[in-house]
Amino acid sequence: MTDTTATAAPDRTVPLCEMRDIKVAFGGLHAVDGVTVDMYPGEVVALVGGNGAGKSTLIHTLSGAHPADSGEIRINGELAHISNPRDARQYGIEVIYQKLALADNIDAAGNVFLGRELRTRTGSLDDEAMDAATQGVMQRLNPRFKNLKTAVRSLSGGQRQSVAIARAVHFNAKILIMDEPTAALGPAETAQVRELITHLKSEGIGIFLISHDIHDVFDLADRISVMLQGKLVATVKKSEVTKDEVLAMIIMGKKPGEATEQEYNELHS
Amino acid sequence: MSETTSTVDGTSGVRSRKSWREFVSSSGIDTRLLGMVVSLAVIWIAFNTLSGGKFITSRNLWNLSVQSVSIGVMATGMVFIIVTRNIDLSVGSLLGFLGYTMALVQTDGTISVFGLNITFDSLKAHHWYTWIVALAVGLVLGAFVGLVQGSIIAYVGVPAFIVTLGGYLAWRGLIFRTGGKQGQTLAPLDETFRYLGGAPERSLGGWKTWVVVGLVCVGIVSSIVLARKRRTRHGLTVRSLSVDIGFAVGGCLAVILGVWLVAIKYLAPKSGDAVGIAYPVLILLGVTLGMSYLARRRRFGRYIFAYGGNPEAAELGGINTRRTITSTYVVMGMLCAVSAAIQTARLNSATTNLGVQNELDVIAAAVIGGTSFSGGIGTIPGAVLGAVVMQSLRSGMSLLNIDSPTQDIVVGIVLVTAVAVDALIRQRRRSSMIGALAVGVVIAAMVIQTGRP
Repeated sequence: MTDTTATAAPDRTVPLCEMRDIKVAFGGLHAVDGVTVDMYPGEVVALVGGNGAGKSTLIHTLSGAHPADSGEIRINGELAHISNPRDARQYGIEVIYQKLALADNIDAAGNVFLGRELRTRTGSLDDEAMDAATQGVMQRLNPRFKNLKTAVRSLSGGQRQSVAIARAVHFNAKILIMDEPTAALGPAETAQVRELITHLKSEGIGIFLISHDIHDVFDLADRISVMLQGKLVATVKKSEVTKDEVLAMIIMGKKPGEATEQEYNELHS
Repeated sequence: MSETTSTVDGTSGVRSRKSWREFVSSSGIDTRLLGMVVSLAVIWIAFNTLSGGKFITSRNLWNLSVQSVSIGVMATGMVFIIVTRNIDLSVGSLLGFLGYTMALVQTDGTISVFGLNITFDSLKAHHWYTWIVALAVGLVLGAFVGLVQGSIIAYVGVPAFIVTLGGYLAWRGLIFRTGGKQGQTLAPLDETFRYLGGAPERSLGGWKTWVVVGLVCVGIVSSIVLARKRRTRHGLTVRSLSVDIGFAVGGCLAVILGVWLVAIKYLAPKSGDAVGIAYPVLILLGVTLGMSYLARRRRFGRYIFAYGGNPEAAELGGINTRRTITSTYVVMGMLCAVSAAIQTARLNSATTNLGVQNELDVIAAAVIGGTSFSGGIGTIPGAVLGAVVMQSLRSGMSLLNIDSPTQDIVVGIVLVTAVAVDALIRQRRRSSMIGALAVGVVIAAMVIQTGRP
């Protein structure tokens, strides 16, 4: 495993996005308890952890879906105030949700522009302009995509994913949050999404990748932040750890070197 | 080559059906709407046969058009509400309340707002503006009631069923406490206001009708031309020119022929002049166009359907979903005022039982018109057609002298059958769909047949 990503990484002085000491509680439950993570331009940071580790809740504070109780978010070093999805978009933060968050009964263009519709001078929806723009983005992402006018309900998983990604790409996302991007996809479509992530990286977009799939994580991520029970276990460079070490962090919360040989063996039993 | 092989192995039928489907999907025709038009035609022909040619006459169809208006207007608003996964049970009571309030402006010159009464003698004297003030009072009050109900639903989070059930009780009760009249019948109404009701002697007449028809045809042609231009400008594919010309010519011919047969051939009993289109039918036309425009070409409509399809996605898309839901009730309240004006003007009076059970007819019309309670699905023209279907059933059965309890049974069967057929089509269960349709039609036919005097 060679360390190509580290040498290719751009300017490392100012993080593109920094989340410091984020806390979120639901009633008495500390879903996220003082987590700090950061991300540099062109970098993929994987957020991993078991169910209920707090990954999604952490990312909701960045996407504006559920603001943090305390802690601060900095974009390009400057303090950002994010209290709803609209705020997040102002900072160039786009989210691709696990369930894709598409309105099934509306066509591709309607979904790409949902909440940010193009309008004519009279205030009517400019469907033609939105169709044309969607066609343009799709040309880049998925040239085989043809069903612009059908409701996304009748599209395949990969095509729906393309629509969700097109939404982020069209609006020039700087920070992309991908929640289980390949969970619902077949092998060919997964490969396509991986290709796309590599492409987005090369354009200097920073990506937070939430994934259960350790192979996805090792193929795509530059750094890995592991969470357990609302707390950050550690953030490690992919090039410096093995899959077993990451698994030990996810399951037992033990950093590389802390776990014993026997415990590593138990991971595989 | 493929054609010769297809005829040889006998699959030409399949081929032509497939190409028909391709044509329909490429031309953008709504197949559901097409199905409704066909079922409406079947209903008309059936009643015409049963009644010995009394159903498809100018007079009957003209009356049918006027009688469908009130429910049709409100059904368009109910589409927005059901699409956003809510319901409004209060529309019948609200209609009664607004109708009574508007009538009070005309009979007593009193503007009555929740117990606060202000009387203007000039209004009572039936000046030219009396009908405008009456209508405006109804619209503003309707919008306000909608705002209150919608806000409680969207911002407080009380289920729509409960809020509008409360409204159902409260607005009906409030009629009896409006203007200190203890609910006594208010009549007669302003002469100009009565044009909203649609009596043969208060309709457009011959030449004005043709002007309206001309405008509608210009509208059809220009909307098709403009849509083509917009798509070409953005480099999108356009329908083949012959299809567009077909739609334009076909649409205009249908309007001209329909209006001629129904409104021009219908001669006024006394004068013998052409009656022409009724004013309320014009109102329904305007409401249908306006609501369709809101639904398809405004952000408001887009947000309604997005929320209905996936509330979470709408929320995450940064849509102000609470404001959107509240607005659907404001629109509904104003449409109730429009229908209240039409109904009171038609009766030339306002009574306390105005609009009783209308909420059920309105919901039924929207649902027969393809609006789905699971949210996100429904069309404005569908709801209007649904209202026409319901009125056709009632009017046809009345022609056959079938009593109103039997009519209710039939409408109930049709309602459930329509929704079952719709659901089975969505699940692509073709044979079950045909079975359900057959069962529904047979039972309805048996009820009609045994109910005939």
